[in-house]
Amino acid sequence: MREQASGTGRAVESVFREEHGRLLASLVQRFGDLDLAEEVASEAIEAALVHWPAQGVPVKPGAWLLTTARRKAVDRLRRDQTYAARLAVLQVEADRADPAPPADADADLPDERLQLFFTCAHPALPDEARGALMLRCLAGLTTPEVARAYLVPPATMAQRIVRAKKKIRAARIPFRVPGTDELPVRLPGVLQVLYSVFTEGYAASSGPDLQRPDLAEEAIRLARILRRLLPAEREVTGLLALMLLVHARREARTGPDGELVLLEDQDRGRWDRAMIEEGLALVPVALTGGPPGLYGVQAAIAALHDEAADLETTDWPQIVALYEVMLALDPSPVIALNRAAAVAMRDGPHAGLALLDELADEERLRGYHPYHAARADLLQRLGRLDEAAAAYRRALELAGTEPERAHLRRRLGATESPAPNGVMDT
Amino acid sequence: MLLINAGAADANGAGAEGSEGSEGSEGSEGDFQEWVNYDKAVRDAGIWVSGESLADLVTATTVRVGPDGQRSVVDGPFAETREVLGGFYVIDVPNLDVALDWAARCPGARGSGSVVVRPVADFGA
Repeated sequence: MREQASGTGRAVESVFREEHGRLLASLVQRFGDLDLAEEVASEAIEAALVHWPAQGVPVKPGAWLLTTARRKAVDRLRRDQTYAARLAVLQVEADRADPAPPADADADLPDERLQLFFTCAHPALPDEARGALMLRCLAGLTTPEVARAYLVPPATMAQRIVRAKKKIRAARIPFRVPGTDELPVRLPGVLQVLYSVFTEGYAASSGPDLQRPDLAEEAIRLARILRRLLPAEREVTGLLALMLLVHARREARTGPDGELVLLEDQDRGRWDRAMIEEGLALVPVALTGGPPGLYGVQAAIAALHDEAADLETTDWPQIVALYEVMLALDPSPVIALNRAAAVAMRDGPHAGLALLDELADEERLRGYHPYHAARADLLQRLGRLDEAAAAYRRALELAGTEPERAHLRRRLGATESPAPNGVMDT
Repeated sequence: MLLINAGAADANGAGAEGSEGSEGSEGSEGDFQEWVNYDKAVRDAGIWVSGESLADLVTATTVRVGPDGQRSVVDGPFAETREVLGGFYVIDVPNLDVALDWAARCPGARGSGSVVVRPVADFGA
């Protein structure tokens, strides 16, 4: 059973990555204290680093870590009387809460990560803390890694996380899975957090890089876990499908110098076929068995793009129809903007521009650079170059990342010295 | 603790509009009955610790002591306060989600009002 020392190091690391969230969730469930859980979890990992190279990796590494961490928590309890009193109270509540879902037949540990998902995404926590907590507690990222992901100084992130944990404890945000009656209200919040982690990775809101694939991949990993925990929730499946179908295009989204490459100019040969297949298989699951949800419909739109050989043969009528389904579910101006862009592809730039101009008074779009970029693009296609240039300048003022600004500057340049028709791409 | 805020009607703090308005319309009677029902529900649930409804805002006085030790007394609440505390409940519930459920049932959470949920500080024993 003995493993090579180097193999052991890797085994410990992979166990840590895979088991950290589950370990932490089990400890939180038992002791009701996130700080204590984090401390004993890392002590257990440290113990593993000492013992496993000498004694070999145990058959059930997750169970070994949990037992070790629990023992350490109990030691602390005994040492600290006031802590013990508080934890005793919390323990009573944990026992009173809904029983944990039955463990998988092949797993020795009950999976309590679902509770942690709902705690990290609790509506009583500030927005900017929710994604950070999820990455910290469920994905097992260190605080400096989370800080890097959100491009804030580590001290700022540490403070944000400490405050959130303090609120969880002081305001008694419970570690629990909402009941079936509450789930429809609370689950969208969890999905929203995952999706915002993903979009931060897909299109960073600021900073030098357009994409942060590591962050997008963490979001996908967490969505896979969530789907395993809530297999019947179709929007969880829809969100996972959406993220896979969008992330499959990551390699083609940026050029050699990190510049933005739009869908129409992407080398579709660089799309990740395996990921597309995986996403495509999930779309029907997300869309059958009840009324469609926003993530499922968005995944269906992403699927139509991924299946098309090029922009012209893309099924625009169906994409427009899907945006109409989305608008019925959520009449938001951003969805209306995307529908207008799809209509422009189906019926020509005139039709698209008319729809965009109807949206001109929308408060949310006025400061949203994609609106102005989309308008500029259609004006350019119609040969109204002065107006196109003005719209590109407005989009430039609003764009957050350098690659997006560079892309807009290139487009703006093209309105000033127009390229022959159809040679804008290269 | 549930702090029941009523939206202030204007900067002068004539914010005690609402439940016991002088119009005597059927709407305000209905509101009053809702408060009675809610109060009964809180007590019947066995979570009630204490609670008061505060008197009309015109009776409020604000005291502040400056760095020089000088006491300044002002009529009414601070003008910049947007919401006016109308009353409070102290309840004993296991966690925030339960407290939020009770807050949502409170008639004061509806309309222009809101209910702020705050844990009572525990300074240890």
